[in-house]
Amino acid sequence: MHPAPVKLACRNVWKIYGPHPERLLQGGAVPTLSEIRESQHVGAVRAASLDVRTGEIFVIMGLSGSGKSTLIRCLARLIEPTEGEILFDGQDLLKASPSEMIEIRRHKMGMVFQHFALLPHLTVLQNVAFPLEVQGVARNLREARASEVISLVGLDGREDYYPRQLSGGQQQRVGIARSLAVEPELWFLDEPFSALDPLIRREMQDEFLRIQKKLKKSIVFITHDFDEAIRLADRIAIMKDGALIQIATPEELVLNPADAYVAEFTAHVPRAKVVTLGRIMVPGAAENVAGTLPASTRVEACAGRIEAAALPHAVTDDAGRVIGHVTPRAVIDVLLGRGGA
Amino acid sequence: MNPLALRSLLWLGLFAVSLALAGFAPALGLAPVPVPFWLRVDLAGAISAAMRWLVETASFGLFTFKDLTRAIAALIDLPYQGARFVLVEGLREGRGSRAVTLIPPLGWLTVTLVMTALGVWAKGWRLGLFLGLCFVYLAAFGRWESAMITLASIVIAVPIGVAGGLVLGVAAYLWPLVNRVLSPVLDLMQTVPTFAYLVPILFLFGFGPVAALLATVIYAMPPMVRVTTLALRSVPTELEELSRMVGCTGRQRLSKVLLPAALPDLMVGVNQVIMLSLNMVIIASMIGAGGLGFDVLNALRRLDIGAGVEAGLAITALAVALDRLSQAMAQRSQRPGVVLRGSVWRRHRWGLSVLAMALAISLLGWALPALQTWPESATLSTKGFWSDLVKYININYFDQLEAVKGAMLGWLLLPVKRFLLALPWPWVLALLALAGAQLGGRKLALTCAALGLFILSTGLWEQAMTTLYLCGVSVLIAGLIGVPLGVLAASSETAARVIGAVIDTLQTLPSFVYLIPVVMLFRVGDFSAMIAVVLYALAPAVRYSAHGLRSVPPELIEAGTVCGCTRWQLLTRIRLPSALPDMLLGLNQTIMLALSMLVITALVGTRDLGQEVYIALTRADTGAGLVAGLAIAAIAIIADRLIAAGAAQARARLGLQGETAA
Repeated sequence: MHPAPVKLACRNVWKIYGPHPERLLQGGAVPTLSEIRESQHVGAVRAASLDVRTGEIFVIMGLSGSGKSTLIRCLARLIEPTEGEILFDGQDLLKASPSEMIEIRRHKMGMVFQHFALLPHLTVLQNVAFPLEVQGVARNLREARASEVISLVGLDGREDYYPRQLSGGQQQRVGIARSLAVEPELWFLDEPFSALDPLIRREMQDEFLRIQKKLKKSIVFITHDFDEAIRLADRIAIMKDGALIQIATPEELVLNPADAYVAEFTAHVPRAKVVTLGRIMVPGAAENVAGTLPASTRVEACAGRIEAAALPHAVTDDAGRVIGHVTPRAVIDVLLGRGGA
Repeated sequence: MNPLALRSLLWLGLFAVSLALAGFAPALGLAPVPVPFWLRVDLAGAISAAMRWLVETASFGLFTFKDLTRAIAALIDLPYQGARFVLVEGLREGRGSRAVTLIPPLGWLTVTLVMTALGVWAKGWRLGLFLGLCFVYLAAFGRWESAMITLASIVIAVPIGVAGGLVLGVAAYLWPLVNRVLSPVLDLMQTVPTFAYLVPILFLFGFGPVAALLATVIYAMPPMVRVTTLALRSVPTELEELSRMVGCTGRQRLSKVLLPAALPDLMVGVNQVIMLSLNMVIIASMIGAGGLGFDVLNALRRLDIGAGVEAGLAITALAVALDRLSQAMAQRSQRPGVVLRGSVWRRHRWGLSVLAMALAISLLGWALPALQTWPESATLSTKGFWSDLVKYININYFDQLEAVKGAMLGWLLLPVKRFLLALPWPWVLALLALAGAQLGGRKLALTCAALGLFILSTGLWEQAMTTLYLCGVSVLIAGLIGVPLGVLAASSETAARVIGAVIDTLQTLPSFVYLIPVVMLFRVGDFSAMIAVVLYALAPAVRYSAHGLRSVPPELIEAGTVCGCTRWQLLTRIRLPSALPDMLLGLNQTIMLALSMLVITALVGTRDLGQEVYIALTRADTGAGLVAGLAIAAIAIIADRLIAAGAAQARARLGLQGETAA
């Protein structure tokens, strides 16, 4: 499997709050957490490095106060990092001039906010068209585009409503539509579903996956909910005290947690939710098969089908070549939490 | 013994010593402590000299200071003349009685119709009807022209005040440096009494409506600056981030995101500017604003009771109308209406039809003058009624009124006055410093002592003590009336509604209006002044006590009930102590309002700092006026800082009590 090209890279980014943050990092010094604390500073982001690949959903997961909100704001340069590089398509955002930043944000970035950040004096249509209005796009053009994205998020017929007339879930659909209006290459979502009820949250997650399947954006997604992270992520970065502890696929995270902290999160995750067929298959083709499934399918998604069949299923790679087969037995082992997987 | 009781005992002792000092000093033949010459500073002279220099010699090279003031005056005069043309005079040819009206001003019916339409648009038919009635009242009672002169001033002053406040407020939001400079200036401007503004403006711009307008704008702008900064700061961070994420330029960020999001709060500021402008336009009649304020002033000077009451009622009608309208507009900005699509006519058919009707009425006015000017024969007057009523009261209840007045003067006002005036100044300064030290520490002690010294150095000590006495007694009485009303308002919904409505209306009235009934019944003097001050300053006492009592946590009251408290015990043991910090804030507001009203009561013959300002105003003596104004500001600041510190302590103590109880 060839990894897709890197869209956004973040290299050794620091954000330290306090009286003299730059002094702590002088001459390439790497202060420890306690050194930062003792000097009356707060290390909101410490030596963060990560790559977001084109078309992937990159989730940053951490509890409140872990620095994830600061990190995403550093990536979008809403907050100026104390040190480091943010490379967007290879260009260092931290060196971009204010007018270059405006251009990049206008055309290449979109952001969804935790509390929706809808403008109360504008209708749904005007809110969604707002980023285009700022660019000076003519009214009929921007409203036509806005209507398109509004129907993409399933809010047809609500164009003339004001935000306060909508439910929380609907408001966030407007927020999502607005962030997509400019067709951004890079999509930031800052805890977009945290303010919603659990039932609505799940519905919105499905909606989000549906949209992403269609649009294939490069996504940075922030959440404090580990289940959400697992459900949505291609890769997850776990953050604690401002530092990235582990960056891995959900499967790796659950099977090989880097430390006790990560292990604690993953302990209660049902394996079937994360383990893929690629991991439990037996290499080599079987003689008779009931069907074929891609190696990246999660066990949870195909357990019923495999278990019900008398014969094993063939497992294929991205190119559709058969690389192995999987038996009902192996699936049941995963479901019961038995064995090495 | 707990420290609180110890402190009360200390102050009781100090009070006894003060009484003894005040009582025995004159008896023992001790002369009042003289103020050493090095403490006397001729600040007034210096300010006057500086102002004279400004007006007579100051020059910026290309133009002189006087040219500058003239240019400003001309700049304001232009729109003002426009507003007068539309509302009051129209276009005339010739002068005096031979003048021929070429284009008439907007007639009463047109203006009333437009106001009604605005009311309907802002809230609904009831408000529209109410506004219409208010304006018909102005026309029917022959106050139309005065009211329109006042309205013309407001129509000009409010936009300037709002725009200026917005610009300064935005600047303070964007640049911390501006904020740091502006904040203390605003503090001072809000404590210096209204009259004190008038003196330098009178000196620089002369007597007339333009000077009055300028004073109005300067007076009404500070709250708008504050509201703007505060409103922008309270826009959610996410909206600010959104503006950057969609690539707004600096100007787009303000005009498309921050200001619209802050609009509901900003409208509250606009309402304040309107009400303060009205208040000041009335007061500024003393430097030539004309209009309703001049009618009141004139009536007060001639003691023409009927005319005074009528003018006062007209001001009330205008004030309440403007207040309700601007409040309704503020609320409207929070709930955007239905989106109308279609042609210009479809979207604006309401506004267009009102416009057309107004135009039609104006045209009809050529043929039917009654639509243009309310016919004189139909003008109502209640002057006789009011004069008779007051005459009746004064004939039949003279003894009772005099008895009340005499008792209050003899038993309360005069003893307090004598006591305060007899206190030697070093003792007062020492007490101030001590109070500051106990409530807020060394810095507050120094501030209080320094401000006291400033008052002493101006040579206005006696007037300051008179101010203190009038203010103190008025605040005491306002508290005695206000706190029980607050308790009542907190205990029942109906009472809260009734009291709230009365208090709200009282607060919209310009301070001048309060003088009218008081002078009619009690003539001039300290007692009249006190009543007017109490009426004006009552509102915060009621409002803050009610709010404080209502926001006592319900668990506390439940705890009291479970312990078997009676209603009285609940009130005195639980609710009042918990409401103390809020009530102290109310006290603070009451004092500020009392001080601002005291200055205006100079018109009814008090002998305090307000009188000094008033005298300075009649002589256009800038130095004396400003110094007296600053002395009042000094008193206000001392009171404010001491009470704020006290409230902070009370809050800390309540927090502590909660902990020990747990």
